[in-house]
Amino acid sequence: MQLPSRLFLSTLLAGGVLLTSCQPSKPSVKIGINAELTGEMPAVGASCKQAAELFVEQVNAKGGVPVGGTTIPLKLVIVDNSAKADQSAAAAQRLVSQEQALVLVGPNASSCAIPAAEIAESLGVLMISPWSTNPKTTVSSATGKPKQNIFRSCFTDLFEAPILARFAAKNLHAKTAAVLYDMSSEAPSSQAKLFQEAFEKEGGKVVAMETYSTGDRDFSAQLTKLSGSAPDIIFLPAYYNDAPLIAEQARRLGIKAPFLGSDAWSSPDIIKLDAGKNLEGSYFCNHYSPEGANLKAKQFIADYKARYGSDPDDVAALTYDAMGEAVGAVTAAGKLDRTAVRDAMSGTRTFDGVTGHARFDVGSRDPAKSAVIMQIKDGGFHWVATVEP
Amino acid sequence: MGSLNYFCQQAINALQLGSIYALIALGYSMVYGVLSMINFAHGDVFMLGAFFCLLLVALVPVPFWLALIIVMGSTALLGTLIERFAYRPLRKAPRVSAIITALGCGLVIQNVTLGFSPYARRMPSLLDITTYQFGGLSISTLQILIIGISLSLMVLLDYLIRRTPFGMAMRAISFDRATVPLLGVPANTVITITFAVGAALGGAAGLLYGLAYPVISPTMGIAVGWKAFVAAVIGGIGNMRGAVLGAFLLGGVEVITVTLLPSTYRDLVVYSLLLVILVFKPYGLLGKPPLQKV
Repeated sequence: MQLPSRLFLSTLLAGGVLLTSCQPSKPSVKIGINAELTGEMPAVGASCKQAAELFVEQVNAKGGVPVGGTTIPLKLVIVDNSAKADQSAAAAQRLVSQEQALVLVGPNASSCAIPAAEIAESLGVLMISPWSTNPKTTVSSATGKPKQNIFRSCFTDLFEAPILARFAAKNLHAKTAAVLYDMSSEAPSSQAKLFQEAFEKEGGKVVAMETYSTGDRDFSAQLTKLSGSAPDIIFLPAYYNDAPLIAEQARRLGIKAPFLGSDAWSSPDIIKLDAGKNLEGSYFCNHYSPEGANLKAKQFIADYKARYGSDPDDVAALTYDAMGEAVGAVTAAGKLDRTAVRDAMSGTRTFDGVTGHARFDVGSRDPAKSAVIMQIKDGGFHWVATVEP
Repeated sequence: MGSLNYFCQQAINALQLGSIYALIALGYSMVYGVLSMINFAHGDVFMLGAFFCLLLVALVPVPFWLALIIVMGSTALLGTLIERFAYRPLRKAPRVSAIITALGCGLVIQNVTLGFSPYARRMPSLLDITTYQFGGLSISTLQILIIGISLSLMVLLDYLIRRTPFGMAMRAISFDRATVPLLGVPANTVITITFAVGAALGGAAGLLYGLAYPVISPTMGIAVGWKAFVAAVIGGIGNMRGAVLGAFLLGGVEVITVTLLPSTYRDLVVYSLLLVILVFKPYGLLGKPPLQKV
């Protein structure tokens, strides 16, 4: 009687466990976060994750997201994309198919956002990238028209590059510029090319366009070549982990020209990694400045600091806004349906968040927003100017 | 762009790059020589050289020379541990198993380090670096140090291999591993010490690389280790002088390519060079085909 009864009992137990785990799950508004938690730029992923988690805590403290008469709790599913294009696409796929996310927020780096956007678009899921500035993220590569499901909470390089070019020509009085950029990365490449166009429109001359690949550490050959053309400034649209290295090697080679950066510099880690203070005094473009913060932003900065002990950077602020936009679309849709949420987002004309006022023109996936020029000085970022769209 | 100054500046850049590649490439060649296997974990040992230095200086501020010796000792120890516990049990296994183990070892090292430090770290500067400028040429004391230390280590290694009994034992093992123990040479000991020396050089390279390019991350061993491996193969895998030749050649080609062509072509040219050299000299520039005994 032993073997059959043991088998019988264990089957009963297994069946019981299976049944109890098959509870109908409570409805929740699931937002999938596709972030760069490891790899080249973990500081970006960390800011994104922290801001998203803060947002969720605050919303759930009020009961949840108001959807069609009831409030539904907000839930996050976070997947790491290691700052790699292939993993970003896989992460997006997983978030949509396996984790049943309603909306996707992230990735941040354009190299990751572009492939993830392809996946989200083909699966018909709303995706909002907080920080990707390469125009290609929201544009279909096949038709050249804007994608249906992809939005962003920040401005694009089409807005940023001319601002930097004008700043270089008018404020820094530069007549010649050299550019050094990562050709295997989407945002730096688009920023470099658009800057070249814009700077030449301003009457300047780009005397050198040098490139490197993601992961390179030795830039001496490119810098030596670049210094031969004696540029007035060096435009360096590099991420926060590369820029300090490049600046250091440039100074060691005796290059004295000032550096100009893009929003890719914006992580405060750039100052930590710049031990030699080679970027001191350099200007760059950013999405928001804590110094120019409006009331909402001040509250956000205080909450973030209380929760995490450090000031939020632009990735954190933009993620917070992306979450706000996503949740706003869910509320406007009135139901947990991906197409309805996407349509509600398309219908959104303005959004006021911690990064300021965003205006989505009809048919546009990219908001018109103001940019700020900042300077790295005395171990911190300082606001210099705001440029309206 | 044709001035002598420019050429000299790029030559110095090439020498610095080549020196670091050489130190790593030697490790690959040494291990291949005695075991006929590629130690794919070597690039990650190089990476650990930089991280050990970071850890050491965070705990006890030591001067540069002491840090170099301690780091070299630590990576040497690591090398012997890897050999003893990961490779020795697979001495008689099929070649594929040994390769997979090596790759696995490398991945384990990388991911353990990632677990401790997912972020890129700033390498502490152990020296005051002054840059000398004369006649438009910039040389920093760091560059001189890197080139100097690398060349000294290479000369020491060459002496070790050519003038000492241990070196002779190493060369004997790479010639015919089966017969050597019959002549009373403790093969295992020689192999272990070979690993230790190779790893020590890799660790030194890691420290010097960390000083030259002070933002270090756990994945930095892949790209650099791969290039150094290519250098070792170009020079003739298993051949010490070949490894050095291949490394400086690689460094030189990288720098020349960036000088003459848009820097986007750099890796294309380097790897094409590898293919071309191997087509004409399948055993590398200084490698010799194994003798066929009749």
